[in-house]
Amino acid sequence: MEATASSVRREARDWIEENFDPQLSVRAWLERLADSGWAAPVWPAGWYGRGLAPDLAVVVYEEFNRVDAPGPPAGLGIMLAAPTIIANGSDDLKRQFIRAMLVGDHLWCQLFSEPGAGSDLAGLQTKAERDGDEYIVNGQKVWTSGGQIADYGMLLARTNPDVPKHRGISYFALPMNQPGVEVRPLIQMTGDSGFSEVFFSDARVPASAIIGELNGGWGVAQSTLGFERTSLGTASGLGFRFSAPGGSRFLREQEVSVGEFIAAAKTNARRFGTGATAMTAGGIVPLVTLAAEFGRDRDLEVRQQIVRLYTLASANSWNGQRASAAVKAGGRAGPEASLGKLMASRVARQWRDTASLVAGPQGMLAGEDGPLGGRLASQLLATPGPSIYGGSDQIQRNIISERVLGLPREADPSRTMPFRELRVGTQAAAGEQS
Amino acid sequence: MIFAFTDEQRELAATLRRFLQDKSPSSEVRRLMGTPEGYDPQTWAQLAGQLGVQGLVVPEKYGGSGAGPVELAIVCEEMGRALLCAPYFSTAVLAAHALLASGDQGAAEEFLPALAEGGTIATLAVCEDSGAWTTDGLQTTARRSGDGYVLDGHKSFVLDGHTADLLLVVAQAEGGPSLFAVAGDAGGLSRRLLETLDMTRKQAALALDGVPARLIGAEGSAEDAVRRTLRLAAVALAAEQVGGAQRCLDMSVEYAKIRMQFGRPIGSFQAIKHMCADLLLEVESARSAAYYAAWAAEEGSDELPLVSSVAKAFCSEAYFRAAADNIQIHGGIGFTWEHDAHLYYRRAKSAELMLGTPEEHREIAATYLIDGAARA
Repeated sequence: MEATASSVRREARDWIEENFDPQLSVRAWLERLADSGWAAPVWPAGWYGRGLAPDLAVVVYEEFNRVDAPGPPAGLGIMLAAPTIIANGSDDLKRQFIRAMLVGDHLWCQLFSEPGAGSDLAGLQTKAERDGDEYIVNGQKVWTSGGQIADYGMLLARTNPDVPKHRGISYFALPMNQPGVEVRPLIQMTGDSGFSEVFFSDARVPASAIIGELNGGWGVAQSTLGFERTSLGTASGLGFRFSAPGGSRFLREQEVSVGEFIAAAKTNARRFGTGATAMTAGGIVPLVTLAAEFGRDRDLEVRQQIVRLYTLASANSWNGQRASAAVKAGGRAGPEASLGKLMASRVARQWRDTASLVAGPQGMLAGEDGPLGGRLASQLLATPGPSIYGGSDQIQRNIISERVLGLPREADPSRTMPFRELRVGTQAAAGEQS
Repeated sequence: MIFAFTDEQRELAATLRRFLQDKSPSSEVRRLMGTPEGYDPQTWAQLAGQLGVQGLVVPEKYGGSGAGPVELAIVCEEMGRALLCAPYFSTAVLAAHALLASGDQGAAEEFLPALAEGGTIATLAVCEDSGAWTTDGLQTTARRSGDGYVLDGHKSFVLDGHTADLLLVVAQAEGGPSLFAVAGDAGGLSRRLLETLDMTRKQAALALDGVPARLIGAEGSAEDAVRRTLRLAAVALAAEQVGGAQRCLDMSVEYAKIRMQFGRPIGSFQAIKHMCADLLLEVESARSAAYYAAWAAEEGSDELPLVSSVAKAFCSEAYFRAAADNIQIHGGIGFTWEHDAHLYYRRAKSAELMLGTPEEHREIAATYLIDGAARA
């Protein structure tokens, strides 16, 4: 019988009734959840999922969120590494990693970008050279989220420099806890540090940890980037409200009961508020309040810009609703589905510019002295981020114009020349360095 | 469900698109825009007879099909795409909604059946010399005379006012702004076709000198009726703008694929690709806004006053940008009379300024979003 929203809801509710117990330790709950297939309902039934369509998974999350049942540890493992391994990895790799992510044994990071390879990711220079049953890795990665706490990294490394750049890359599951891997915090323009730089000096990775084929890493990376694109942009609200702690450094945090964990998580949410990113999603409300406070709510230009912000944010959300309505009605999402990321960075800029207009000279002040307790300044500094990370606005426009509108790819001689002869980043020819 | 079209709605769009491809190709648009009437009576009759779209929002009891704002949006989007030259917006959107909003059953029974079957061209005359769609400060006056009224004054920016059989005129009566029905051939009425930027939609100025008129609804009831009409018309116009904007994007993309310079299609240059990608974002977002507003109207949501203005403002600017960028992407050929790009550019600018400018609509939205005005 085909699953429907009501049959899925009933099934999830019955299972929760029978299995969810706030007295369980977080660890015991995560194991029970992982083995049930409810932790990741869209994954295939054979690999800890239930093969449900996204719109039915929403129903599942609603049921678990209704009773404050925590889901598996959030992060790039569940979001990117697991679906990538499920789609491309060997059964051995799936057995090694999938359940371990769900129960929180491993946190993952993404080792893609390099100082010399950003938008042109295929120009990456980190190399992996065969040595017996292992590969030896040397090079540098950057913009690594969660590098300090990760147990494994999704590593793209060059395994053949004598072929064109896309054809000599392999995709590894690299153990991070080893002497050849050094992680240093990267300080962003905001002054915060949400990312790391990762340096490899003769780091080692087993040959069996290649995800997909040797030198077939580019295609595998595309599937990861596809998962990333769909998770940025329009917030889908698809998931567990509370994520359990995880990662080898945090296993002790899994010893508390689910009930204690949830109570603490709720207190923290109250104490720390919703953060700068959530503020743009919060839209015009803080700016309307601020405009009234500064006596600028009658200013015609302020009013125009606040409405423009509301309009762009609404349009982004309506585009997402249209796409999911099309999918729910049994069809395919139209072009509106691929626009979320580009629109999200535009919304962020409109928020920043409107906030500056509202704040006037107060916009010079930050921290405790600044408007909105400093959040206006921190949002202003954070705004250039979304139009760069996860594929810059310019790359998004290339993708949209080629894949949605069918415009031809720009002539690119670097696609056919051997990587060894290619000039990369701001550095000299890659070949001269290796 | 919001944003999900039914099979019937999709069929309506497809049927109308085929009809308009056949009846309103560029050559026909260019022929009709050069005539003073600005429409083809035979096509108009077929629109009514074969498709029944003039009576789309007219309830069945008045001879219409009793469809709603979503179907109207679908129809206007297709007409906007084809730049159909016809008195559709005046008759089936403005006049039909105004008659329904007036709550005058007698007038609805008398006028709507002929309007629905395409026999009556009707329009709504609100604006005066300022061009503002408001019932404040009306200079046109109505005074009682025998059983009826007579009107004196000027109206302008009246869509298809020179060809309409039935003009719904807003005038200041003793009891306040009121709606009146005036026959196209009434004594004392003189009509002048205005020269317009957008030649595909005709506008007229009316001079009223003791023109006999019939009161529609109660005296003083026009303010509410006009406000409701304008909200629904803004949604329909937003949908029409989406259709035009989509056509501009389609023209740009088609041309960028075939136009060769420097030995390759111009669509392979990022300068052009990025313009097209940005246009897609504009057009799809405009479409979402127009559809969302249409569903708000359909469901009688209290969001309509806000989102009708949000949609009109956004779709206006999206269409004009698409029309302007379409010319830029075409380069020299896009700046010629023979190319259709300017027809969309003209329509886009004209539609942007009609029924309230984007700035005016954002100011309306601000009263809800910033001042917390009640949504009624």
